[in-house]
Amino acid sequence: MKILVTVKEVAEVDDEFQISGLDIDEGSLEYDLNEWDDYAVEEAVQISEENDDVEVVTVTIGPERAEETVRMALAKGADRALRVWDDSLENAQFLDVESKADILAAVVEEEDPDFVLTGVQAGDDANGATGVALADRIGFEWAAVVNALDLDIEAGVASVHRELEGGIEELTDVELPSVLTIQTGINEPRYASLRGIRQAQRKPLDVHTLDDLGLDDSVVESPVERTSMYEPESEGDATLWEGSAEETAGELATFLRDKGVVEG
Amino acid sequence: MTVLAITEHRRGDVRDVSYELVTAGRELADDLGTDLELAVIGGDVEGFAEDVNRDGVDTIYTVDEGEEFNHGVYTQAIEQLAAEVEPTALLMPNSVNGLDYAPAVAEGLDLPLVTDVVDFETNGNLEVTREQYGGKVETTYDIDADDYALTIRPAEWPKAEAAGDAAVEAFDADIDEGALGTTVNGFEEVGGGDVDITEADVLVSIGRGIDEEENLPLVEELADTLGATLSSSRPIVDNGWLPKNRQVGQSGKVVTPDVYIAIGISGAVQHVAGMKGADTIVAINTDPNAPIYDIADYGIVDDLFEVVPELIEEFGGEAPDL
Ligand SMILES: Cc1cc2nc3c(=O)[nH]c(=O)nc-3n(C[C@H](O)[C@H](O)[C@H](O)COP(=O)(O)OP(=O)(O)OC[C@H]3O[C@@H](n4cnc5c(N)ncnc54)[C@H](O)[C@@H]3O)c2cc1C
Ligand SMILES: Nc1ncnc2c1ncn2[C@@H]1O[C@H](COP(=O)(O)O)[C@@H](O)[C@H]1O
Repeated sequence: MKILVTVKEVAEVDDEFQISGLDIDEGSLEYDLNEWDDYAVEEAVQISEENDDVEVVTVTIGPERAEETVRMALAKGADRALRVWDDSLENAQFLDVESKADILAAVVEEEDPDFVLTGVQAGDDANGATGVALADRIGFEWAAVVNALDLDIEAGVASVHRELEGGIEELTDVELPSVLTIQTGINEPRYASLRGIRQAQRKPLDVHTLDDLGLDDSVVESPVERTSMYEPESEGDATLWEGSAEETAGELATFLRDKGVVEG
Repeated sequence: MTVLAITEHRRGDVRDVSYELVTAGRELADDLGTDLELAVIGGDVEGFAEDVNRDGVDTIYTVDEGEEFNHGVYTQAIEQLAAEVEPTALLMPNSVNGLDYAPAVAEGLDLPLVTDVVDFETNGNLEVTREQYGGKVETTYDIDADDYALTIRPAEWPKAEAAGDAAVEAFDADIDEGALGTTVNGFEEVGGGDVDITEADVLVSIGRGIDEEENLPLVEELADTLGATLSSSRPIVDNGWLPKNRQVGQSGKVVTPDVYIAIGISGAVQHVAGMKGADTIVAINTDPNAPIYDIADYGIVDDLFEVVPELIEEFGGEAPDL
């Protein structure tokens, strides 16, 4: 069995940041493996540890810098990795859900996995849509926002919990092949061990261009265009207490006493 | 040309986001000069149609297929309905179930999709606003297409309240049962237990800013000293540091205490969904741009490891050594 895990390198924004043009200035960003994908990788690696002959392949659409993130997934136990990138991706303003689904679909065609795990959402873009769009695109079954998974490989069924709002979970059986979008908390992602990190350096990490995947530039075209990015006007009018920690804590204490919610 | 909005229900009740979709949908329909039409799929469709028959809705299509949400049924029904009514804009909720069918519908109908929309404006094309980077920035997108699909953020538009007089029409969808690859077997409620954070008057709520499990005693001591109850954001529960019944937010509990002290919590939309109804919100966060300050009444832009011990001492407690 082969499991494909999609992983994204996400950008985290420093407390102080600058916007230049239509995006946050590079200098204000730090990169990390998307939190949701970390759980997806862990889920796949656990399945490979519990069953014979399971290969875990990760794929990312991203620049060379993203290899650090991909190596992270390899260090945690994925067997090999693919990175899709070329000039037309580099020059695209941004990739919409449809473009990503098209590219990942071409990877699925090449790799022929039985099971695809994605994150519920990318922490930076928060489309929350790539996995389900991909499923439809490749004709796989799917389930979104999965926070428990019991896989019966023989029967070809994934029994999942979908985490709905308000502490309710939906219990659903999903036929394979399928795409699941993985929610945080489904497992306990491991830390990469030193040994894992060393091994990851030797694991295959292949780079594909769109052309390699049989796609052309038109795949990055989108009717959706970003027109601005700005810091939202603060809607609130929070009173900020200033001063040393002792002073601000004192202000808060006074407030709590005045409000009568805390005695003493 | 029309705006078609897909309503949502669960276990016998129409969900709030359906009424918000009516408001957003009417706004968009007015901008575009079109009708607003709704779809009600599955369950007690007649009853649900009556519920969502609010002012501003022109037509409600009922699809009497199945009881609870099944994404296969929704996808097929919406695609068939869209083929018939040819919506300019297809509006869906950015709810957990919305995440489970909206991208498939958009893909199936070959519509551009923008999710979690918080605002829109027509200027020839449609320009939509959404948040990015954990709510630190807003971005606008221009959709250069005749037809498109959007999911709207829950609790962003007010609920439509006034009664309407929409025409209700049964839509006979032709559902291919053989193509349904998922079976919904039931529901389970989680997050029970001895502590009920929804009952608390004062909540001391801790987020990822606490950094390590070993640091939790600091906020436990604060809660004790204040006679408050300890709650948290999701990562704390995901990490297994606190039980599920302490989680505030979309997938946890909705709380409405007198005072909510958010410590090291950024204020992600799914967290805010659970606590924006608190009477007074106090934030302690090192990041002045954290979205929590948008809804806070009071704030301390400082390190929690500096402020919390001082606060404990103010009330005669003793901060633990970490
Ligand atoms: C479908 C779905 C459902 C979800 N449901 C929920 C839910 O029910 N509840 C929920 O909470 N989340 C939920 N989330 C997750 C949510 O999107 C956020 O990831 C989460 O709320 C972030 O938690 P946080 O604010 O504790 O962490 P972060 O966003 O990482 O924020 C940590 C904050 O701590 C601050 N900080 C760091 N160090 C210090 C310090 N020393 N002193 C003071 N401040 C410090 C930082 O500036 C930062 O603002 C859900 C997500 C999805 C996709
Ligand atoms: N550039 C990318 N490369 C690989 N996977 C991605 C990429 N963008 C999104 N994904 C996957 O899709 C999931 C949802 O992302 P999104 O729909 O953008 O919020 C992520 O958790 C990833 O698993």
